[in-house]
Amino acid sequence: MSDRVSISAILQRRRGQIQAEWMEQLATASSSKSGHVAREELRRQADDFLKVFNEALDSGRVTDISGAEWAEVRHFLEELSRQRVLAGFAADETAAFIFSLKKPLFEALKQEALGDPQRFAEDAWSATVLLDQLGLYTVKSSQRAREEVINRQQQELLELSTPVVKLWDGILALPMIGTLDSARTQIVMESLLQKIVDTESQIAILDITGVPTVDTLVAQHLLKTVTALRLMGAECIISGVRPQIAQTIVHLGVDLQGVITKASLADALALAMKRIGVSVTRE
Amino acid sequence: MDRIPILRMGEFLLVTLQVDMHDQLALRLQDDLTHMIQAKSAKGVLIDISALEMVDSFMGRMIGDISGMARILDARTVLVGMQPAVAITLVELGLSLPGVDTALNVERGVQLLKRALA
Amino acid sequence: MATVCSAGELPIKSQQDIVLGRQAVRRMAQQQGFSLVDQTKLVTAASELARNALTYGGGGELKWEMLVDGAKRGVRLVFEDHGPGIADIEQAMTDGWTSGHGLGLGLTGARRLVNEFELQSTVGVGTRVTIARWK
Repeated sequence: MSDRVSISAILQRRRGQIQAEWMEQLATASSSKSGHVAREELRRQADDFLKVFNEALDSGRVTDISGAEWAEVRHFLEELSRQRVLAGFAADETAAFIFSLKKPLFEALKQEALGDPQRFAEDAWSATVLLDQLGLYTVKSSQRAREEVINRQQQELLELSTPVVKLWDGILALPMIGTLDSARTQIVMESLLQKIVDTESQIAILDITGVPTVDTLVAQHLLKTVTALRLMGAECIISGVRPQIAQTIVHLGVDLQGVITKASLADALALAMKRIGVSVTRE
Repeated sequence: MDRIPILRMGEFLLVTLQVDMHDQLALRLQDDLTHMIQAKSAKGVLIDISALEMVDSFMGRMIGDISGMARILDARTVLVGMQPAVAITLVELGLSLPGVDTALNVERGVQLLKRALA
Repeated sequence: MATVCSAGELPIKSQQDIVLGRQAVRRMAQQQGFSLVDQTKLVTAASELARNALTYGGGGELKWEMLVDGAKRGVRLVFEDHGPGIADIEQAMTDGWTSGHGLGLGLTGARRLVNEFELQSTVGVGTRVTIARWK
């Protein structure tokens, strides 16, 4: 097809020229707003991109970037997006990497068209369609990369907000603050159970003073934690049970399966110490 | 075929599960264990699963069966050393192994048995 | 859209096959970067379904795929047997059906451990269970 021969061959013939002009465009775009990319790295990225871009063009499919021929290019853009997100660039700023290639490429196409407007129009259209798709793909990749970062940060926040505290040799406490959903419960269980193994503790006190509501779902999550603890040979005491919660639990018909509940963390600690055979005397 | 070794620890028996079990091995273990409980008049059985990275419903049932058989022979069973990932998975799977005592490790398991028999 | 990075097939014709299958699934989950808990969940689900295929289905195959969907990585497993099939799928999926034994517990249990679960079965032809877990 004439498209394929045109763009790919032109790119190869005028590689140096296109790359130089593109670098000009990129240099101005890349250190303006939020982030900054070193010139040398930019040159390397432009070089790498043009290489995989050319290979993909050679394959023949130039109208649709979702095929296997464009896998390398897509992968490159995903990596680029990831790096740029971490460097603080916004999605559109990263996409500028692709869009700024338009002018240099069109310039080359115009020169190669040798005064034939029909040919130039066809080539330019193909190039536009292609670069637009790649640009949009870059925007999408950037957005996804940003989501990844946010998810990771949320995860870390979750972990920070459920600290496992060693109250005594053999007694751990977990003050639960905020809503208890399944994601939170997973994290709670994982860190608590691991801590039990690491400290060889016998008793875990789950303090729910900071949990606003206890409904069937929350009760289920609590019970899961209790069951997992029991399977590992640790005992569980739930503290911070307010009168309203006691009513809710009974009304919901939740079976606490013999888990001991205490109104305050202090009471729970006293019981735990008795259980492991520790007594404290006041002088 | 292989057998799972059963060690004697005083008046208790210790079984360490390390390999991926299959039907025959499980049945053979139950057979060996019940015979040994009787032969040594064992009062307690410790099942150490600290080396198991996975416990599915088949294994869960096998452990439950061993516990049941031991009880009928007047011996108490303690399951020790469950890994956190396994515990979380079992709970999600819906298996809570009721009727089986648990302990963090063999040492604690022995303490538990001694207290129970005192 | 999810792309398949690699795929393969393993037989489920013996107890040894189940062991090998579990090990293979563990490796796949590790390769895709699953957390230890998520690895364990997938391996356990696979163990349940492989045992079902062998015990109730008379043996079959495990077809596996390692997938990528944007930033997400996943593993898809298809357990297929040519056994009697399940007449009443809904009943099979109810926990209490076999009261803690066999097919029922394996299916419902496995379902809870994965992100995607699909069951197809025809009496006299066989059963196919497809599960997938994503990071």
